[in-house]
Amino acid sequence: MTLSAQASGPDTGAAQGMTIVARTQGQMIRRRFFRHRAALAGMILFGFVVVLSFSSIGFMGIPGWWDKSYLTTGALVNQGKPTLSVVPEFLGGSGIRLGEHPFGQDDIGVDYFAKTMRGTQQSIIVAFLVAIVATTVGTLVGAVSGYYRGKTEAVLMRFTDVMITIPVLVIAAVVGRRFGASGVVVLGIFIGLVIWPSMARLLRGEFLSLREKEFVEAARALGTSARRIIFRHILPNTVGVIIVSATLTVANAVLLESALSFLGLGVQAPDTSLGQLINEYRTAMVTRPWLFWWPGIFIIAIALSINFIGDGLRDAFDPRQTRVRA
Amino acid sequence: MTTPPNVPIDPQVIDPHAYEDAAHLLDSDGEVHLGRTLQDARPPSQEEILRVENLTVEFPTEDGVVHAVRGVSYGLREREVLGIVGESGSGKSVSSLAVMGLLPKNARVKGRILFRGDDMLKMSARKQRSLRGRKIAMIFQDPMTALNPVHSIGDQLAEAVLAHELMPRKTALARAKEMLDLVGIPQAEARLRSYPHEFSGGMRQRAMIAMAVINNPDVIIADEPTTALDVTVQAQILEKLLEVKDAVNAAIVLITHDLGVIAGMAHRVLVMYAGRPVELGETDPVFEEPRMPYTAGLLGSIPSLEGGGSSRLRPIKGTPPSLINLPTGCPFSPRCPLATDVCREQEPPLAETDSGGHYAACHHWDKLAAVEDPTVFFRTESETVA
Repeated sequence: MTLSAQASGPDTGAAQGMTIVARTQGQMIRRRFFRHRAALAGMILFGFVVVLSFSSIGFMGIPGWWDKSYLTTGALVNQGKPTLSVVPEFLGGSGIRLGEHPFGQDDIGVDYFAKTMRGTQQSIIVAFLVAIVATTVGTLVGAVSGYYRGKTEAVLMRFTDVMITIPVLVIAAVVGRRFGASGVVVLGIFIGLVIWPSMARLLRGEFLSLREKEFVEAARALGTSARRIIFRHILPNTVGVIIVSATLTVANAVLLESALSFLGLGVQAPDTSLGQLINEYRTAMVTRPWLFWWPGIFIIAIALSINFIGDGLRDAFDPRQTRVRA
Repeated sequence: MTTPPNVPIDPQVIDPHAYEDAAHLLDSDGEVHLGRTLQDARPPSQEEILRVENLTVEFPTEDGVVHAVRGVSYGLREREVLGIVGESGSGKSVSSLAVMGLLPKNARVKGRILFRGDDMLKMSARKQRSLRGRKIAMIFQDPMTALNPVHSIGDQLAEAVLAHELMPRKTALARAKEMLDLVGIPQAEARLRSYPHEFSGGMRQRAMIAMAVINNPDVIIADEPTTALDVTVQAQILEKLLEVKDAVNAAIVLITHDLGVIAGMAHRVLVMYAGRPVELGETDPVFEEPRMPYTAGLLGSIPSLEGGGSSRLRPIKGTPPSLINLPTGCPFSPRCPLATDVCREQEPPLAETDSGGHYAACHHWDKLAAVEDPTVFFRTESETVA
């Protein structure tokens, strides 16, 4: 009798005063992610950078709270030195205040805070476009070649191999030179079309192992079409890998865009990006170091915070880690 | 259900209440009745729904061609349960995967698989797919891995419907709930939102059964449906399977190596050895009067209640032959106590024996017919060795 009472479902457990908390996979992942300190810090930092850059100077015609533009020049204040002060007065500093030009001014008097914010916006847009395009293409190629195998796989994977052998920077340079002037959107899409192969390889591996799983065979036994099996049955099982890899692609893309712009092949003047700012003022390192350091700090902040987020996601999605850290 | 045939049990010894469930196992004369113990609401008809003719499956490998299935023929009647028994590698699973069209691409399949008269091997892939899951469904061995971990049970059941019919998801989910009710999962409505990891093994196998019958199939292929479950759950699942079969009017091909399962469930049984059917007939005659030494050996190897439980197990000596280099003659001859020269030279065909509808592939089936208990050949030998 006791046996049958125990077997009659979760209600019995609750009635006996036990608390049974069944967590879905999503809840477990969220819990693990938010317990990852570095990832949480990364997310806060990245959120701060995004909000700051888009709210300060506004975006696509929507005005922001900062009154200066990255395109208009003004009279040089204090020889263009940053007016930002973070040391409080009681510590002997000049108090916490932004001042007229918190990040200083460049050599023709443009507000450098506005310019850095503009560069940050552009870098983030490019990075996300790259990640979205590369992830989509890479996932499709990897999924199709991993599921179908045979000739499809051979053709797609040899093409992927060829793409991998060509240094990314070389293709990106050609693409950037040709399309950099067309704006960040086009640039982002094209860089994305260049760096998908690593994603494709990753996804192919995942599909190769998942396609042999019994639930895939069961789906086939149900008469499910190949397309439905790929997208409804296998792909959701790879979400962890995809999210982690896409996140890390964002970080890589920020650096790649910076490198391209540094080489003068990315975003073209009068528009600007973080890499381009560094390129423009690399010689000012000694005389006016803030022109070099501000965009540098933002590149580091973005790349680092996204890498931490990716790290946290990887841990959260790790299937071997079934228990939640207390 | 692992009681051997022809073991007299004194009904007086049995406490009628403790063994209430087992009471129907006994005949009026107190002998254990090993035949079908579960009753179905609608008996099978004579009309064949699935006919497999001379099916052969070969796999080319680096070591040579593996002859996994070598000429299997059987007919499955409407609402019938056909048991296929055999040890690992006897080709029972491969032959049913061939029926499902789920063999790997490198498999070479020959013969005919007729579903209601249409040859499935000659059908277009699209037509074959439309039969799969809708007319012929499959239940897999391990419910732990056959359910997708990332979708809820309801989603997976609905998916099975939507693979064949265009309908609103809500309607599909309503069907899914009905099916969970049918297979006896309590609180079906709430359980639709559960994930496989929240289900126990028995519940998952019930869900698999629900998924198999959700499209009202005509044929259910159950590939060792209870092997991964523990014994108490096994009986429930088998009973449920039979109940569901009656509810949807399907026939079942039941693949197993558990003779007890076959005895309780199947109307007819097909015994396979080394890729060949070696005995086919109604369950009761096959189990009570086997006409192929291999079947007799299998029956003899069931642990016995005789001898107070101290007697040794009686396995059939030797191992099945390699499917790459098959010996000439009967593949069972190296292990067969009755083997003669003709056995080693000629492979016997599956031919009708003394009773109608009972086929065996043995040159010496008459020797088995001549003795009271055919397992005796295996018994004496192994006991003299021991």
